This record gives sequence, C-alpha cells and structure tokens, in this order.
Amino acid sequence: MRIIQIAVFLENKKGRLKEITDILASQSIDIRALSIAETKDFGVIRLIVNHPDRAYAVLKANELTVRKTEVLAVEVEDQPGGLNHVLGILEKNSVNIEYMYAFVEKASDKALLVMRFDDLDRAEKILSENKVSIVKADKIYKN
Amino acid sequence: MYYEKELETMPLDQLEALQTERLKKLASYCYERQPFYKKKFDELKVKPSDILSIKDIKKLPFTTKTDLRDNYPFNLLAVPKNSLAEIHASSGTTGKPTVVAYTTHDIKVWSTVMARAIVCAGGKPGDLVHNGYGYGLFTGGLGVHYGSLEGKFPITPVSSGGTKRQIMLIQDFQPRIITCTPSYSLYMAEEAKEMGIDPQSLSIEIGIFGAEPWTENMRKEIEAIWGIKALDIYGLSEIIGPGVAQECAGQDGLHIFADHFYPEIINPETGEEVKPGENGELVITTLTKEALPLIRYRTRDIVSMNYETCPHCGRTLPRISKVKGRTDDMLIIKGVNVFPSQIEEVLLKVEGVEPHYFIEVERLGSLDQMTVVVEVNEAIFSDEIKALEALEHKIKKEIESVLNIGVEVKLVEPKTIARSEGKAKRVVDKRVL
Repeated sequence: MRIIQIAVFLENKKGRLKEITDILASQSIDIRALSIAETKDFGVIRLIVNHPDRAYAVLKANELTVRKTEVLAVEVEDQPGGLNHVLGILEKNSVNIEYMYAFVEKASDKALLVMRFDDLDRAEKILSENKVSIVKADKIYKN
Repeated sequence: MYYEKELETMPLDQLEALQTERLKKLASYCYERQPFYKKKFDELKVKPSDILSIKDIKKLPFTTKTDLRDNYPFNLLAVPKNSLAEIHASSGTTGKPTVVAYTTHDIKVWSTVMARAIVCAGGKPGDLVHNGYGYGLFTGGLGVHYGSLEGKFPITPVSSGGTKRQIMLIQDFQPRIITCTPSYSLYMAEEAKEMGIDPQSLSIEIGIFGAEPWTENMRKEIEAIWGIKALDIYGLSEIIGPGVAQECAGQDGLHIFADHFYPEIINPETGEEVKPGENGELVITTLTKEALPLIRYRTRDIVSMNYETCPHCGRTLPRISKVKGRTDDMLIIKGVNVFPSQIEEVLLKVEGVEPHYFIEVERLGSLDQMTVVVEVNEAIFSDEIKALEALEHKIKKEIESVLNIGVEVKLVEPKTIARSEGKAKRVVDKRVL
C-alpha cells in the first residue's frame, strides 16, 4: 500500500526550512518523516505527514511549489543486516531505488523506511512476494 | 592620415550635395526593386520624385528589425539571389535569424569603409592586424578582414577563442593593431599576465574595439593594462557590419561614414529629429548598397551627434557619441545580441507554460556572464534532484543553441520574481562597464 509524500522546492536560503515547519505547525500537521536533498543552489524537502492532502493545500496556498508522490513505507528488522536483506531482494530483481530515508519515530520494534521507486508497481509486487512488510497508509497517518 | 581624403574631409555642403544625389537614386532604386518599399512609399503617398534634397529623407518610411524578420530570408533583396556575393545572418529575436546580403559592389563598399576605419584609428599600410573578432555568420570577423585586405594591412584571421594561442601569436607575429571586443581584450590581458607576460611589453599599439557597449572607464583600464590607444568602432550587420563609424585618436566621437550611411537622430517616441547634441535613436539610411539597401533603419541605439569638423583629425564626417543605451530590451553579451524574447521562447518550449524568469548579467573578471533565473512551477517540479538538474541542463543547452554563447541557469522558488503591472522586468544588468 502506498503513502503520499509531499515534496517542496526550496532555494538554499536562510530560514526557508523553518517557514515550512511554521506553516505545518500552524495547521497542527505532524511530520512523520523528512529528508532534504540539495544542490548548491536549491533543495527539495520531502515530507511524510499525517495529513498529506491538507499539507499539500496549505503549502500551495503559501505559494510554494509542491508535488505529491507515491512512495512505500517499508519495515525493516531493527538489527544488523535488516536493511541489507531488503536491498538484496531489490537488487536481485533489478529494482532501482531513486532515494530512501528513515522515519523520525519507530513504528514498532522495526525500523521504518520511506522508499521512492521509478517503477512503483513492480517494487511493490516484488517486496510483497518476498514477504517484506509494507506499512499501510492509515498506520502512518494515524492521529 | 586618411584613406579617402577627399570624401572624409569634404566640406559639409558638398557632402550634403553628394548625399542628396545618392538619396534620389536610392529612392528610385528601392521603389522599383523592393516591393516592400514600393508598398511603404505608396501608403505614405510619397514618390521617389518627391526627393529633391537630403532633407526630404523625412518623407520616407522607417525600417525596423521586424521588417527584416518578416521578410526572411530573401524578400527584401533588391537584386536576384544569384547575383549576390555573400550572405550573413545574425541571431533573430524569435528563432529565425536576420539575413543580410551583399553584392560584389557592397563588399567593396564594406572593405573601403573598414579600411577607412583602420586608417582613422591610426593604422598605416603595412601594419599587422591581429583580428580576434569571430569569423562566420557574425559580420565582425570578415568585415575587419576585408578592410585589412583593402587597406593593405597584413591580417591574421585568429577569430575568437584560444586565448593562450592568441597571445603566443601576438608575441611571435608582433602585430601593431588588435581588433576584438573590448571585454575580450581585458580577458586576454589577464591571461597574458597569468602566463607571465606583461601585455605592455607586447607590440600592440592600437586596439579597435566594438560589437558591444563599453565606457570611458573601461577604455582607461584597457589602455593602462595594454599600454595602447583603445578606439571604438561602430557597426551593425543590417547596415553593413563593422565600419559604419570609427573613432580617431582624438577619442571625441565616432566619425560616421556619412557618404555611405546617412545618419539621423530621432526621438524614438515621436520619430521627430532631435537637436544636434541631444540624445536620440540613431537612424541610418544606406546610400550606396545594392543587395539590401535600407531606408531609415531604426538601430535602437541611443547616441548624440556632433556636426563640427573634428579638431583632432580634420575629418568633416559627423561624429556620433559612444552608444549610450538602447530603446529596446536588447542586451549585448560577449558581443552577441540577446533579446529576452529568445529566452522566453525556449522556456515556453521546455516548460509548456508561460515562464516566469529574468536574465541576470554580470561581468566576472572581464567576461560577461549571463544567468537565466527561472521560477520552478508545478509542471516542471520533481521530487528528484536529478530530474531538476536535468531540467536545468536542458534549458541551458537549448538557450545556448539559440544564442551561441554560454549561459547559466538557476531554478528559484515561485514568486521570487517581482510581478509588475504591465511589462515584467526581465533583465538585471549588474555590469559596471
């Protein structure tokens, strides 16, 4: 099952990240996971939040460039070799990960990772077939 | 020193008589051979026979760059295509270039005025010319080349680029004259210093610099670093190329070769002539061209005019000031004409929507750097950095292929660029020339 990631375009300017967290805080939107990718001039902040549609609307209303993307939240055993196991499955099946990042909190005794694939259908199918746990959206969006 | 003393020092009343005679011929010539002008004359209800003196030029229609573009490629020609000698093209404002064409006679005129320009700048037959203007469709390189051949100045057609090699050739060939853009001369001087060569120790005594605007401060800098006399040349391909006007060593205005190129200075709003000495738009009529004569061509360059005989060289040819600005939004970057509309077209193609952008021009060291700053909208935004970088690269390559100069592209957040009522401000020119 897929979850919605919110990506926001940001210039590398002082205080820009806080403006985003201000906007989300003012709407009582909780950030579950976050990653920032950057070049020398600009960055992309990617967010998993409890209310993606509301977050999308409010960020857009604040004249930011926002994009919704479908990603998977993948559970990995929180022990040595946990991530390696999942990556091994993907590699064996030639599934390419565009990028991945970790959740702020742990869902359970498992580590939770956000993974972005270019071929989402295939990634989802292969992970399921190999009994890798994909976390359901309502579990991510709870509260 | 003069190349054609009689014509260059002719009393003004005689010059006017010559211009009148040539304008009369030109009016008939254009009316008969260029349907474009016949239509324009007819619309204004003016006939070639109404032209009795050069002052009657005011009765004639203006010509603009748009007219050239609308008649791409050959509809403005006054001669059959197979009787041309040479065809050039400059980058156009909306994709199609602007075509200019020459007959053998026109090339002779071009060679002659360019030879006059080199002599006016202090060149003596036999002086070596190091020509750093680009050869090709750009008229700079070949114009100087023809003038050098005509005036018997041995020429090295180095063209632009390959700076280290240029410096080596200057060291070894020992030219007295250099021709290139003023900013490139500064770049070359810096490069020479890095190679451990003092530009002052080189053989150059005269620099003929043009194809881009430059100021008195830049002149001082060039003269100091090279230890040369730096002189301004004016020209535009629509009229003929380089060699329309040239500074003498007095550095007090550029002598316009008015027996071939009749200058008027007008108020760009009203089209009326301004008083001598006042700033206005330079309008030129080509009095002697065959292939593509132009009547009252709007150069969009702002200058002022001085009709006094030059106290420095004795030429009676009127003098235009250095170009003080433009009446349109054209930029000159690294000697290349750039219109914001060209950038806009590329962005529209890449993004598929009306782009929000501006063009920032800086001078880094001595070279121009153009950065196209583009707002990221949802249509082009991606959560993947590599997609955004690919987009930047694509925009850069597309613009570079249109303009033939290097640019930088920078993506910025929406609403970064001020929305103004009416026309958006598309250009931030930070160059201190």
